[in-house]
This record gives sequence, C-alpha cells and structure tokens, in this order.
Amino acid sequence: MRGAPGLRRSLVLEVCVRLTFHAVLATALFFLFAGHNSPGGGFIGGLVAGCAFVLRYLTGGRYAPGAVRARPEAVLGTGLLVAAAAVVAPWLAGGQVLQSGYTALELPVLGYVPLASVLVFDSGVFLIVVGLVLMVLTTLGARPESSLGDLAAEPAQAEEAP
Amino acid sequence: MLAVLVLHAALAAATAALARRMGPKVFLLAALAPLAGVVLLVTAAPQVLAGEALTTSIPWVPGLDLAVSLRLDALSLLMLVLVSGVGFAIFVFTAWYAHRDATLTRFVWTLTAFAGAMFGLVLADDIVLLYVFWELTTVTSYLLVGLQDEKEESRRAAMQALLVTVVGGLAMLVGLIVVAQAAGTTRISEIVADPPTGGAVPVALALVLVGALTKSAQVPFHPWLPAAMAAPTPVSAYLHAAAMVKAGIYLVARLSPAFATTEAWWRPTLAAFGVATMVLGGWRALRQHDLKRLLAFSTVSQLGFLMVVAGWGTPESGAAVTALLLAHGFAKAALFLGLGAVDHQAGARDLRDLSGLWRSMPALAAAAGAAALSLGGVPLLLGFIAKEEVYAAVLAGGDLLAGLTMAGLVAGSALTLAYSLRYWWGAFATKDGAPPLDVPAPALGMTGPVAALSAVSLGLGVLPQLADPLGTGVSSAYAGAQDVGYALWHGLNVELALSLTALAAGVALFAARRPVEHLQDRFAAAVPAALDADRGFAASVARTDRLADVVTGRTQTGSLPVYLGVIVLVAAALPGAALLSGPLDLSGTVVVDVPTQLAVGALVASVALLAARARARLTAVLLLGAAGYGVALLYVLQGGPDLALTQFLVETLSVVIFLLVLRLLPRRFAAPVRRRTQALRAGVAVAVGAFVALATLVASSARTRESVVVDHLARAEPEANGHNVVNIILVDFRGLDTFGEVTVVLTAGLGIAALVLTARRPRVTAEERREREEAVR
Repeated sequence: MRGAPGLRRSLVLEVCVRLTFHAVLATALFFLFAGHNSPGGGFIGGLVAGCAFVLRYLTGGRYAPGAVRARPEAVLGTGLLVAAAAVVAPWLAGGQVLQSGYTALELPVLGYVPLASVLVFDSGVFLIVVGLVLMVLTTLGARPESSLGDLAAEPAQAEEAP
Repeated sequence: MLAVLVLHAALAAATAALARRMGPKVFLLAALAPLAGVVLLVTAAPQVLAGEALTTSIPWVPGLDLAVSLRLDALSLLMLVLVSGVGFAIFVFTAWYAHRDATLTRFVWTLTAFAGAMFGLVLADDIVLLYVFWELTTVTSYLLVGLQDEKEESRRAAMQALLVTVVGGLAMLVGLIVVAQAAGTTRISEIVADPPTGGAVPVALALVLVGALTKSAQVPFHPWLPAAMAAPTPVSAYLHAAAMVKAGIYLVARLSPAFATTEAWWRPTLAAFGVATMVLGGWRALRQHDLKRLLAFSTVSQLGFLMVVAGWGTPESGAAVTALLLAHGFAKAALFLGLGAVDHQAGARDLRDLSGLWRSMPALAAAAGAAALSLGGVPLLLGFIAKEEVYAAVLAGGDLLAGLTMAGLVAGSALTLAYSLRYWWGAFATKDGAPPLDVPAPALGMTGPVAALSAVSLGLGVLPQLADPLGTGVSSAYAGAQDVGYALWHGLNVELALSLTALAAGVALFAARRPVEHLQDRFAAAVPAALDADRGFAASVARTDRLADVVTGRTQTGSLPVYLGVIVLVAAALPGAALLSGPLDLSGTVVVDVPTQLAVGALVASVALLAARARARLTAVLLLGAAGYGVALLYVLQGGPDLALTQFLVETLSVVIFLLVLRLLPRRFAAPVRRRTQALRAGVAVAVGAFVALATLVASSARTRESVVVDHLARAEPEANGHNVVNIILVDFRGLDTFGEVTVVLTAGLGIAALVLTARRPRVTAEERREREEAVR
C-alpha cells in the first residue's frame, strides 16, 4: 500500500475503508436506480457516493490508493450536460420539456426491471452531487500535511508524487 | 425583412470565422448583408411608397404581448437608404481600407452586427424591440470605438460613448414604457396613430427625448461623438455620421407626427437643442486642425440641424427631413471615406501636414469636393435642395420661434459652408508653407465608393424630383400632407435669399480664416471651465466613482458576523412584520404526533444550546452535526425516509467539510469581545428562531386549499409510473426546479474552488500595494 509521505496512517481505518468502499458505491448506485419507486434517487445516491469518496479521502488524502482520477470539474460538467440533455431531448423530439417515458425490461438475472427515462436526468443530478463533493475534497482538503505548517517548507516534488 | 435580419447575424458569425483566412476582403463578404438590405429596399419601394407599409410579426413573449414586429414604411425606407445603401458603400470601401491585423476579426463582425442592429432599429415596430436594437447599436459602437484597445484614448472614448448613450437609453426605456402603458400598446405604429396625452406622458416623452438627444449627440451630450473618432474612419463614417447617430433623429421623426401637435413644448424644446447644437458644432468644427475632428464636429452640427427639422412636426418638415437626411448621409459618409483614403495613403489627417494632394488623387479630390459643396448647401447639389426645404418649412411657422430658429439655422449654415470648404482645402489644396506631398492615388476600391456616394448627391441635386415619392411618403405621416415636389428652382423668394446670405457668409468666413481662427482662440480662452461639457462629463464620472467608494466602504465591512446578522435579520424582519400585522391563526397546531417526538425535540434543543456555548470549534461542529441528526430522526418518526436519508447524508458530509476547514482555523473561538456583542448576537438568534417557529406554525395552520400532495400522490402512478412521490416530484413534476437547483450546486462548487484557490495565493495587503505604487512613482 502506498500512502502520502510523512502521513500518520491508521491500518484499521484503511482496511475497513478498503472493504466497504465498493459496497458503499454499490449502495449509491442502488439508490440511484431504485429511486423512482422506493426511497432514494439521484440526489441521495450522489450523497452516498460522496460519502464513499470522503471515507477514501480520510484514509490517505489525495494519495489514497485508487483515489479518483477524474477531475471534479469534469464530473460536475458532465453531470450538468447529462441533466440538460434530459431536459431538452424530449422537447427536441417534439414533446414537452422534461417529458418522461417509461418502459420495463425482463432481464435474465435481475428479473423485472422497470425503467423510466427520468433516470437519465437523475444520473445527471447524481454526477453533479458527486462532483461537488470531489470539488470540496480537492480544494478544501488539498494538502492536509501542509495546511497547518507553512507551505514553503514543503519539498516541491511532494506535490508531484503519485 | 426577417430573412435580411437573420442574414446580418449569420454573416456576422461567418465573417468572424473567415476573417483570419480571407484578410480585409472579408468585408466584401460582409457587404452582402447591406446589399440584401438594398435589395429589400428596391423591391419593397413601390408598395411602400404607394402608402402600404410592409409588416411582419412573430410572437416573442406572448404572455407580455411582446412580438418581433417589423414594419417598413416610408420613414423606415428612408433610413434603410442610409443604413443599407450608404452602408454597402462603406463596407466595400473598408475591404480596401482595412489591414490584416489582430483587430480585423473583431472589426468585421462587430461592423456587420452593427449593420444588423441598425437595420432592426429602423424597422422595429415594437418599443421593446426598438430598445433592444437601440442598445445593440450602443454596444457594437462601444466595441468599434474601442477597436484599438491597446490605446488608452480609444478605451476612454469607447467608455464615454457607452456611458452617455446607455444612460440616455435607460431614460428612454423608462419613457417608452410609460408611454406604452398610457397608450395600452407597445406597437409604435399604434401609439403614433392614437397618441396618449396627459398624466405622466409629457414626462415620459421628455425621458424618451433624453435618449434621442444623447444618441444624436446634441448639446450638452455631444462630446462623446468627437471622442469616438478614435475609431477607424469607416466606423466613423457609418456609425458616427450616416447611421447610428441618426437613430435619435429617426426616433424624433417617428414620434413627431403624434406629439408635435399634442405637446406644445415639443417643437420649441427640440428647436432650442437643435439650434444650439448646430451653431456650437459648426463653431467648433471651424477651429479644428485634425480633419477627422472637424468632420466630427460638423456631424454634431448637422445633427442639430436635423433635430430642428425632425422635431418641427409639419408635413413640410417631413419633406425637409427626408431631403436633409439623404443629403447629410451621402455627403458626410463620402467626406469621411475621402478623408479615410487620404489618411490611408498619406498617413496624416492634420490639415497642417497635408498639401497638394489634389494633384496625386484628382478623382478622389473631385468626389470629396462635390460632397463638401453638397454639405455646404451649394446649388446643383442635394444639400442645397434640402436647405431650401428646411427654410421653407421653418418659415411657414410664421411666429417668433420660427424667426429665432431661422436666424440660428442661417448662422449654422454659414458655418457649415465655411468648414466644408476648410475640409476640402485642408485635405487636398496646395497650401503655402507646406511642401506638396507626393503619394500614390488610392485604390479604385476606395475612390469608387466615395465617387458613388457623391454621384448620388449630385444626381439628386440636379434631378431632385426623383426623391418626390419618398418625401411624399414620409410627410404623409402628418395630418394635412400634400404631394411633395422637390425642385431646384422655386423662383425668387425668401428661402433663396437666406440661402444666398448663408453661402456668402460661409465663403467670407472661410476667406477670412486667419482672423476668424484668432478670434476663436480668444473666445475659447474666455469660456469658463464650468461650461465645458467634456470636463463636466469627466467630473461626474469621477464623482460617481467616489460615491461608489464611500458606499462600498460603509456597507462592505468584511465582518462575517455582520453580514450573517444582516441577512438573517432582514429575512426575519420583513416577513415577520407581515406575519405579526395579520391575524395569528394557530388553530391547526398539532402539539405532538407520537411521544417520541418530544424526546427527540428536547435532545435537538439541548444539543443546539450546547453548540452555542461551546468554546472549541471542533466541539461546536460535532454538536451541530448531532442536532442535524436529531432533526433527521424527527423525519424518520414522521415517515419521510427520503428526507431523513438526505438529512443524515448531508449532515455527515457537512461535518467532514467543516473538519477540513477547521484545520485552517484556531482550535478555539476567540474569547467573546464584549458582553454587549454577545447579548446582541443572542438577541438576533432568538428573534430569528422565534420568527421561523411562528411562521412554520402559522403556515401549517393557514391551509385554504387541499394539499398539493394529494394531487401528486394521485398522479404519481398513472402519469410518472413511479411509487416514490418525493423522487417523482424532484425529477418529473418539478424537474425544471431541480435542474435549476443542481445548476446552483454546480456554481457553488466552482465558487468554492475559486475562493479557496484564490485565497491560497499570497495576499497583497493594501499597505504593500501602496508602497509598490509609490515605488513606481
């Protein structure tokens, strides 16, 4: 396991986070997809996914193993584009703005899966919320090792460390 | 009409993309836009001049009864001659005048966009649309004046033009809205057909006139126009001579048929502004050595002339304004372009540096000479016809006002001829003491448009009856109009005598230019500074700046507690006052649903109290989080899983984010400074809390209609195919709201990033900045 240079690490926390990280993300996706019929939705799903990244961050800052490489602003932008597309697409197709369609699939493993077109819109919301959390982590949470000390004392190459 | 308008926009975009590849010849592509205007002009002319206006309208904001309404009548047709006809010549000229440099792209697209805005302005039949195009011309003018943005002079001139015309434009907007309210329609044609009177209408009209007077550079708003000469010469020719500055004249001419008769002050006011502008402009023009400034002041002067005629408001003045607009547009554009060609070839436009150019560019000198004589009102040229018409129209007034105005106009006309001669003499003549320059003649692409414009001045000067239908059409807007018959020779009458007087005086003024210059210098030195409009402008801008400084300094103290306090107090006080002023109905209050709520409520309240008393920041944050969890618990008890889930997650994330920030802050809060401050803060907190609690109780008791929830629950399944009504509200019923909210979330994210990243840069304190500035000095 790699970590940030000179950072105090907690083995228990890191292991726990590694074990739960993907489960939390899966929960987030579950909330996203289930939102139309049971508690959940893009906003809640996004917050849960955000929590997953927060956990990850707490174990190792931006040097956390496997930390997200996507730039937060890209995630935010993609989210807005997806949501905007979901708003405009039905209108361009001749319907009303945000008009929703509905279908259901019979899939081999999952069984009966109802699908609503608003899922696209919800995914956009999901991405924006995740992007916001990532943005907060990378800006407010950047360089925890240097924030209390002086910036100048830190060796320059630490910033470039993987 | 719409198609031509769209073509302007499309060509503005296309030329912007192609400018780099095509070089200056891209202006020939852009010239297709005014050419399309000319085609429209020619094809529509028979119908329009037969008295049938061409109209088109597409709904814009139906809810506000706004429409993109275009209307082509005789006056619009006349303006189109200037906007598109003269515009076409200017675009062609510019293809040879412009250089391939960094500003070319901006130059071509803004000029094309301006042509489109002006086209729309003269055709707009809706006051809101008119205003939109009006301000579009202002903005494009700003960009064009500031084209050479590396020069401070250009930037200042652009800013001055923008400020003066935008302030006027805003006044005009207010006036137009009031007039439209009084008339009950936003259609200009309908307002003019049935003009409102009384009430606020005179004030509103005065405001509209402020817009027209600033746009058309009337005294005392005129200094922006000479300053705007920082723009390239074709821009000066187009915006600041032929087209944009005529917008004010156009508006006055548009409204005069209606209001010159209903408002007694209309004619004298405009005549006073116009005559003052004409005489002052002419006087200043006569003093200039920079020929471009000479032309600028000449334009100011002629705009004054036009303002008198446009505001006179009789059928005869309608005919006169037609002739004068044509005469000035063609002549002045030719003079500007001629000067542009001289400047382009000789690299100078100061009359003290130019000499003997008539030898090297005889064709240009002849064409510019014809234009100068037309401007001066010499017979056989269009300017003469126009002046005769104006004199006849004003003299027909037959009262004291007419007499005074006439005296001013004759004086102004004398000055006009004098500076027109000075222009030609300055640009082309061989002068004593200056060695004749030997420069190559300008390209045909530059001489051609000048010659074409002057040919119109000459053609209509000899055969003025060609313009009869147009003049008849324009004057038909006035009650009691008859067919107009322009003629070169009206017989021996007063107008002719006045014309000849003005001509003689003009020639005399020019011939005696040395003593006149001397006199002018002495006069200029005697003018008190308080009357200097340019200085007045600078002073008022500086005063506004200082006021803004003071206001900002007082209101933006930089104290977070003060900001927060003001925000929450305003939020509580305004609706709170409304709440307390009405009857308080608390009948719907349910004290408790399940007993557990009481326990959770007590927990939340005590945790919140502890948070307020905490000394360490970390403790406070954790306690706040606990209070939030307690609220989430209440949602669970109420059966709102979505809400509770969201609350839990948000609280969790908030605590983490707080912790991230806390690393940068001291461990403990600063000790409370004063007990009084502490008490004040407690008071604010209690007041806001009490308001929120009361408002919630009243709101939940105040239901007069069935809850929207019932409807949403009923519609969720059949319309949105879902069971989770909360989510369906978010993504479907109120989906656009959600879209707006996530956009806010995104903006907030970017805002946080910007703030944090900026704060990380080393701050420059005010002291350091002062030291640096002093070091520079």
